[in-house]
Amino acid sequence: MKTMEAVIGLEVHVQLATRTKIFCSCPNRFGDEPNTNICPTCLGLPGALPVLNRRAVQLAIKAALALEGEIAETMKFDRKNYFYPDLPKGYQISQFDRPLSSGGGITLSNGRRVGLKRIHLEEDAGKLLHTAESLDESRFTRVDLNRAGTPLIEIVTNPDIRTPEEAYEFLKTLKLTLEYCEVSDCNMEEGSLRCDANVSVRPEGSSELGVKIEIKNLNSFKAVQSALRFEIERQKRELRAGRTLVQETRLWDADRKMTRSMRGKEGSEDYRYFPDPDLVSFTVSREVIEEIEREIPELPRLRAARFVEEYGIPETDAGILTSTRALGDFFEEAVRSYPENPKGIANWITAELLREVPAEEMGKREVSPRHLATLVRLIDSRTITGKIAKKIFPEVVREGKDPEKLIEERGLKPISDSAAIEAFCREVIDANPGPVEEYRAGKTATFGWLVGQVMKASKGKADPRSVNEILRRLL
Amino acid sequence: MKVSHSEVRRIANLARLRVEEDEVSRLSEEMSRILEFAETIRELDTEGIEPTTHVIELTDVWREDEPRRGLERARVLENAPHDDGACFVTPRIG
Repeated sequence: MKTMEAVIGLEVHVQLATRTKIFCSCPNRFGDEPNTNICPTCLGLPGALPVLNRRAVQLAIKAALALEGEIAETMKFDRKNYFYPDLPKGYQISQFDRPLSSGGGITLSNGRRVGLKRIHLEEDAGKLLHTAESLDESRFTRVDLNRAGTPLIEIVTNPDIRTPEEAYEFLKTLKLTLEYCEVSDCNMEEGSLRCDANVSVRPEGSSELGVKIEIKNLNSFKAVQSALRFEIERQKRELRAGRTLVQETRLWDADRKMTRSMRGKEGSEDYRYFPDPDLVSFTVSREVIEEIEREIPELPRLRAARFVEEYGIPETDAGILTSTRALGDFFEEAVRSYPENPKGIANWITAELLREVPAEEMGKREVSPRHLATLVRLIDSRTITGKIAKKIFPEVVREGKDPEKLIEERGLKPISDSAAIEAFCREVIDANPGPVEEYRAGKTATFGWLVGQVMKASKGKADPRSVNEILRRLL
Repeated sequence: MKVSHSEVRRIANLARLRVEEDEVSRLSEEMSRILEFAETIRELDTEGIEPTTHVIELTDVWREDEPRRGLERARVLENAPHDDGACFVTPRIG
C-alpha cells in the first residue's frame, strides 16, 4: 500500500476575559461556589431576554484580527438546538451562517500555513459534576450552571495540519497570541481553552479526504499530540487490514493512552439552527475595527525578532523572553533602566530569574525589573562579584529588596583594597605549599584552584580580577 | 410537500417528545399542511432582497461589561425537581 498521510483540523474553544457573561450581567468567574453566578437569563427562565456584552465582541474581534481574520460587517446570532442537562434553554446561542470572522491563519516554523475557516462567538454551557462520593451518588449527575453563558470564541481551522507535531505547534502559537492580546487567560486546567481534533488518513498526495474521526476530551496540548499519534496509527492499521472506518466521535483516555469510541451518539446530529429572535443583528464599523487593531500589541514572533535585532541577544533567549507577554515586558523595562548590557540582563533572566519565578507567574509576582537591572550594573561596574550577586538574588526576588541597599546592610561590598587582597593571597600561599610548588613547577591548572581558595578565604567578596593579578605577582 | 412517518418520529426524537404510534399519521398530516402553508410564501420573488434576520428594525443593542448580582442560590434551585442545596441533580449522564 502507498504511504498514508494524516489530515487534521482543529476546533478550539476559548473563554473570553470579560467581567460578565455574554448575554447577562452575571460575573464571569471561575471557581465560585456552584450556582451562585446565575440570573433568569442564563437560567433560561421564560421571558428573560439576552443582551449582548459589547466587551465580548471587542475581545473576539481583537482575537480575530491578531489571527489575521476578516471581520464581518454584520453578524447575527442563531440557536443551536439540542438537549443536555448543562444547557438550560435547550439551545445554545451561537453563530451559524454569519460568523464574526472568516479566514486568517498561523504560519508554522516549517513554513506551512494553517488557515482558519472561521471564528464565531457563542455562549458556554454549564458544567456537569460527576464526582460520586458514594455508590448512591454515582446514579446521579450534579449540574453547576455558573459557567453557562460565559463568552466563548470557537476557532475552526481548515484541514491543513498533517502531523501531531504541527497540531502542537499551532496550538502553542495560538495560545501565545491570545495571551499576548489579553483576550483570554487560556488556562487549560480551568477550561478556558479547550480543543477538539478531527483526523482522517489518506494515500499521500491524494486530494480526497478519508473518513473523519472527531476526538474529544483533549485537556492539554500534549494530550492532543498523543491522541493524534494514536489515532493516526489506529486508522492506518484498520485500513491496511482492509477494514473500513466509520465516521464517529472518539474520546481520548489519557490513562490508557488510547482513544475509544463514544457510544450513544448514533445518527447524524441535527441542530436545526435558526436565527435567534431575541437578538437583533450587529454591525461592526471600520472605525471600531481600526480602534481595536491599535490595541493589539506587538505579537511574540515579531517581538522575538526585534529582541535579536535591537539588543543583540541570541534567538533562543529571545524565544524564552517572549514566551509570555509579562516576561518580555519585564526584560524591556530592565533594559530601559540599564541600557548598557541587554545581553547580561537577558542572561540573568533566563538563567537565574526563571529558576525563582516560572514564566507563567511573571506579572503576578512583585519582581522589580529595576532591581535586576541594578544587579547587572553592579556586577558590570565590579561593585559586587557575580558570586555575591547570585547569593543575594533570591532575596531580591522574593522580598523585593533593592540590591544596593542589601549590599550596604550586609557589608557585601567587594574587597578591592589591594593590601587586603594581598593578605588573603599570602595566607593561601602559606597554607598550601604543595599546590604552590606544583604551580611553580609548571602545572598552570593549579592556579585556578589557588584563586578559588583566595575567594573562599574572602567569603566571595574579593574582586576576582584583582585576585588574579596579585596572586600571579606573588607567585 | 409530505412529511413522512419516519420524519415525524425523527423530529419527535430530536425534540425529546414521546409520540404514540397512533398519533404519527395525524401529526404527519398536520405537519404537511403547515409546510404547504409555508410554501405559499415561497411563491414571492425575493431576488435581490436582503434576508430578514429580525422583524424589529433595530440593530446593535449592547450592554456594557458591568457585573450585577443575580439570584440567591436558594431561588435558583427553587424550581428544580431535584437538588442537593448546591447543585441541580439529574439522573446520571454518561
